[in-house]
Amino acid sequence: MDWLDNIITTFFDFDAMLQVLPQLFAVGLVNTLVISIWATVIGIVLGMVIAIMGISPSRWLRIPARIYTDIFRGLPAILTILLIGQGFARFSQQVFGPSPYPLGILALSLIASAYMGEIFRAGIQSVDRGQLEACRALGMSYGKAMRLVVVPQGVRRVLPALVNQFIAIVKDSSLVYFLGLLVSERELFRVGQDAAVLTGNLSPLVAAGLFYLAITVPLTHLVNYFDNRFRTGRRKATPPKSGLDEVEEQNPTPMLTYGENS
Amino acid sequence: MTYTSPMPVTDGHFYAGSSLELIDLTMAYGDIDVLREVSLTVAPGTTTCIIGPSGSGKSTLLRGVNRLHEPKSGDVRLAGESVLTQKPDAVRKRIGLVFQHFNLFPDHTAEQNVALALRNVKGLSKAESMRVARERLDEVGLAERADHRPRDLSGGQQQRVAIARALAMEPEVMLFDEATSALDPELVKGVLNLMAGLAQRGMTMLVVTHEMGFARKVADQVVFMDEGRVVESGKPGDLFDRPQSPRLQRFLSEVL
Repeated sequence: MDWLDNIITTFFDFDAMLQVLPQLFAVGLVNTLVISIWATVIGIVLGMVIAIMGISPSRWLRIPARIYTDIFRGLPAILTILLIGQGFARFSQQVFGPSPYPLGILALSLIASAYMGEIFRAGIQSVDRGQLEACRALGMSYGKAMRLVVVPQGVRRVLPALVNQFIAIVKDSSLVYFLGLLVSERELFRVGQDAAVLTGNLSPLVAAGLFYLAITVPLTHLVNYFDNRFRTGRRKATPPKSGLDEVEEQNPTPMLTYGENS
Repeated sequence: MTYTSPMPVTDGHFYAGSSLELIDLTMAYGDIDVLREVSLTVAPGTTTCIIGPSGSGKSTLLRGVNRLHEPKSGDVRLAGESVLTQKPDAVRKRIGLVFQHFNLFPDHTAEQNVALALRNVKGLSKAESMRVARERLDEVGLAERADHRPRDLSGGQQQRVAIARALAMEPEVMLFDEATSALDPELVKGVLNLMAGLAQRGMTMLVVTHEMGFARKVADQVVFMDEGRVVESGKPGDLFDRPQSPRLQRFLSEVL
């Protein structure tokens, strides 16, 4: 069973994993979550702006939104991250200091917002037109109608897709290491990678992988669970109720004679 | 068997309906005129029912009145003033519209459905908008279901919430776009009775309907439309009992 031992020592060396565990928790996990959550929040805000522009009646808002989406959805993530991260490094240095995080997060946000913009747009456009009409008929402005009625309904429908997007960001956050990270700035992948190089053993990288899975797999299943619930509706089965009961119910004083009694 | 209205007439709520005039109203989708030079007058506090086959432009006409769809030419006058020279939102506040498919806000309770525009269009305080919403729901017989969401209400109840929502804005004119066409048959009468009650209490109403019984009993004037034109109009008795045009005779023979 030589090959089995080989596999175990290469990928599942428990001691090597245990050794890197504190760093994975204290440095890697924290930084991965920091990058991912920031990128998600900014991505949601930008994505909503792009979505609102994308469904605007004005083509001068629609066309830029379209171009933006095409570009950032069409480029490889690594290319966007390098272009932004290195291209604006000098500027970022003056504003934020030497950390590559702001630009890394920005690049991830731009990529995420292109996808999220499409998700939001699809959600908003799936809301029945009658909702907007009902608002307008009551005298509500387009902006208020969208903000108070249409957009909230659309967003609720695409929550599962948004969580999927967060999962994608968590995975893409590993690419930020291309911008060069200080020891304390390393995220999960880089922590695992460094330890793997140092020990000549892949187990720390596997451990990092397990951390990613620990974030993404429960989220995936949580989303599926909610998605199913949304799909089947949250109604419990109720015993059949005759429509005639309702007719009975609205019988106060007899008065109007639109009916048979003329 | 007695048919009753959910609205006791004794609550003393009367409406001050305004006049509504359509003058040579023409409306188009793209290059195609779907409404051609329609003129009709609805006197204050009266009810006009519009009947006609599908594709006759009835719904389009209603959408022209409150400018959900912009007229191509002609004029609409509310209380004697052209709506085309006013801001659409200002006009819509004064005109209630009830849709075939209710178009309630699904994530709002009945009360919130009614209160939303009170708060955000009329600018009432939260408490005040809730109070008015309760009152209006009470008026349509749904006070006890104020906290239900639309999906927990029957079609008839949903439509009554929609009517309450429109009434809460204190409109001068109410438009009904086939308000009972999507309802289960046993629930139609409740909504029609509610509408009849509004008519009786002074609301100006323009009602697109397939309910010929309602048109005959409640309308002061019935308008028969076909292919975007008014073919015949008059008192319900005249129209239903002595239809002049072959088109109307044909239509009535199909629906009655």
